Amino acid sequence: MADCGEANGPERKNEIVRAKNEEKELTKEEKQRLRKEKKQQKKQKEKKDDKGSSEKSGREKTLDPLSASQVLSTQSPTQKVPASAPIPVPPSGAPSHSSGAPSHSSSGAPSPADKPAKSKAELKAERRARQEADRASKQQGSSSSSKTKAPASDLNPVVKRLPEHVQVDDPAVVKRLAKKLERQQIPLRSDYGYKVSLFSHLHQYSRKAPLTQLLSIPSSVIHPSIVRLGLQYSQGIVTGSNARSVALLHAFKQVIMDYSTPPNEELSRDLVNKLKPYISFLNQCRPLSASMGNAIKYIKKEISNIPSQYKEEEAKTKLLECIDKYIDEKVVLAAKAISKYAIEKISDGDVILVYGCSSLVNHILCEAFDKNRKFRVIVVDSRPRLEGREALRRLVQIGISCTYVLISALSYVLPEVSKVFLGAHALLANGYVMSRVGTSQIALVARAFNVPVLVCCETYKFCERVQTDSFVSNELDDPDELMVTRKGKTQLEDWHDLSTLGLLNLVYDVTPPDFVDLVITDLGMIPCTSVPVVLRVKNVDQ
Amino acid sequence: MLVEDKKQTEQKKYFRTQMRTDPDMASAVAAIRTLLEFLRRDKGETILGLRESLKWATDCLTRVDSSVAVSSGGELFLRFISLTSLEHQDLARCKKVMEERGELFLEKISLSRTKVAKLCHTFIKDGAKILTHSYSRVVLRVLEKAAAEKKRFTVYVTESQPDTAGRQMAEALRRLGVPVTVVLDAAVGYVLEKVDLVIVGAEGVVESGGIINKIGTYQMAVCSKAHNKPFYVVAESFKFVRLYPLNQQDVPDRFKYKADTLNNVSELSKEHPVIDYTPPSLITLLFTDLGVLTPSAVSDELIKLYL
Repeated sequence: MADCGEANGPERKNEIVRAKNEEKELTKEEKQRLRKEKKQQKKQKEKKDDKGSSEKSGREKTLDPLSASQVLSTQSPTQKVPASAPIPVPPSGAPSHSSGAPSHSSSGAPSPADKPAKSKAELKAERRARQEADRASKQQGSSSSSKTKAPASDLNPVVKRLPEHVQVDDPAVVKRLAKKLERQQIPLRSDYGYKVSLFSHLHQYSRKAPLTQLLSIPSSVIHPSIVRLGLQYSQGIVTGSNARSVALLHAFKQVIMDYSTPPNEELSRDLVNKLKPYISFLNQCRPLSASMGNAIKYIKKEISNIPSQYKEEEAKTKLLECIDKYIDEKVVLAAKAISKYAIEKISDGDVILVYGCSSLVNHILCEAFDKNRKFRVIVVDSRPRLEGREALRRLVQIGISCTYVLISALSYVLPEVSKVFLGAHALLANGYVMSRVGTSQIALVARAFNVPVLVCCETYKFCERVQTDSFVSNELDDPDELMVTRKGKTQLEDWHDLSTLGLLNLVYDVTPPDFVDLVITDLGMIPCTSVPVVLRVKNVDQ
Repeated sequence: MLVEDKKQTEQKKYFRTQMRTDPDMASAVAAIRTLLEFLRRDKGETILGLRESLKWATDCLTRVDSSVAVSSGGELFLRFISLTSLEHQDLARCKKVMEERGELFLEKISLSRTKVAKLCHTFIKDGAKILTHSYSRVVLRVLEKAAAEKKRFTVYVTESQPDTAGRQMAEALRRLGVPVTVVLDAAVGYVLEKVDLVIVGAEGVVESGGIINKIGTYQMAVCSKAHNKPFYVVAESFKFVRLYPLNQQDVPDRFKYKADTLNNVSELSKEHPVIDYTPPSLITLLFTDLGVLTPSAVSDELIKLYL
């Protein structure tokens, strides 16, 4: 019986390959059945070959995380494949399946219901026996059974855990998040409206239901300046990567000023714990940006590095100084350095194209104009945010001659453009640029017209993440923003009633490095592919 | 002022003698020799003053020979010699340390052409047909090495107007016994279907991984891309320069024209530039004494050299 399992291995492999090629989708019942059958197979294998073939059992153990739909697996495809083995079972019936479950004879298809009931008690007994054996062998210091555990635990750190905000369609993750928020006494924001299936793994909130309405006044858990900040984020009053980070740092300064260490606690540890619910709250109001993430990391590091002999007042002043220094260095001075490099690239007679409203790009253009460079600007804008209008206002105010178009007219204006300046929300470790949705379109069309594309980005926005498409991690804005009222009539007013209609309001997209000619940072002008080098150099510095 | 003028003329004379004594030497190497001599003769009192006068000397040299390599070589020389601890109290000792570093630098770069040739000649297979542009001593060295390894290959050289430097290259190759054909600059597209690979030298390698070379190189690169032929560049590492041109117009004027033109002619827009810029997307590989690099790796190397 046990041997037949081994002997039919190659046969099974063919079926496995076939199943894989057919790419049948696993339904929930099939997944459960899979899990049960896997457990069975594992027990049988352990029984027959307790110490040997440590890889096989290690492999089977690591097959369990497969049940989570989107876990990044570093396992090879062959390891995933045994999971699909039972798929041909329902159509083909007995023979292939029975080979894997030696407890059944080669007679017809065994009913799946029997199996678990029969061997549950067996399973438990076997598990207990195995645990005893492991404990005994561990004490003896023998490596073979620990080997069976070792590959599993070795592989566990390699399997990275996905952030929660991209697993919204996984109920287990959502439950975990709800529990965490309950613990921190922060209300949970519920999703709104029908989500397009490709993006169903992301949150989609409504602007009309800000989180602050669910808070009690006065809120004892969340500091009022953080509540105000959260409201400003969720209503779109404070937008833009730099603006959000600076506002966050100012709010944290206020928090630190009002903070007083409770008795029997250390400032360096308690303050960090105090900040955690604030960060969760802000995350619920609007997902944190990469720059905000880096700023928070910096603050947490500074707080935990406060030596314990500092008195409270000293520590607080030092922290406030650190925050001021961070804002000064990473935002203000970086903007000056970037303008210096960028102005070299602006020559007289240039026609510059900008998209949306980037504080950095506006700063560069204003500086260039002050240095008496002769150029004109074309501002490209897009619905529903229409941020270009703000940029247009700022540029026209200081006297730059501007043209305003919507993004649909892009290929019409590009022949007369000499350079494109784009801002960035974050620069990813593989050289991709994450920015406002529409940026990658502009870069693509500019490349087709052979117009150089320059991205301006401070180094504090560089993040270690790697992303090659805009689906994996993004932000969904309120779908009601896409409704437009013209001449008293609102289009798409009753989109909720149509069950097959979904409105998608994306916020970010990623641009591949082939479309970007040059990245201007405070460290100098680098090609897009050298972003990992800068990250490496920065980490060495720190 | 008079002292400075005298120093300048002295420098220029020394530079020109260097170029004349060894025509095979790169102009950048001659420039660095001149700078080293200048350092030896300098009577400055402070290290900062020394650095300033070296920068001034490099500027003077670029006015004699405006190629990119001279300016990049000078800057790298300055960086290399000051990249050591200059904490000695005695200025004379500091100067001696700097001079020693300078000699070391000179030694390293005189070996760079051999290193490049050693790396590149393996890419030339037996029976290969090579296309090259104008007269480049590095490419010549590579082809010499390949010939010494008993490889059989034929070479097509473009005539390379306005100074027909290509004919010089053809002469040198004939002396090696390599079958060579001189083609018109306009015949590059015509000849490309026959060749297997394209090798060119470079006057400067820029931060993006692109190169600055004799005019006509960009055309050749575009045609090779269209024909899917590999386009190789051979360059020494002292030619790496901190420039980032976005297109042809973005290359500074001081590199585009010969030094005499810059000094004597008032209306530059009427003059024809002698160099052009080839973007990194058209280059397959760069062979340097730092190794065989892809264009995107050039930026990493530059960060290491300059930062």
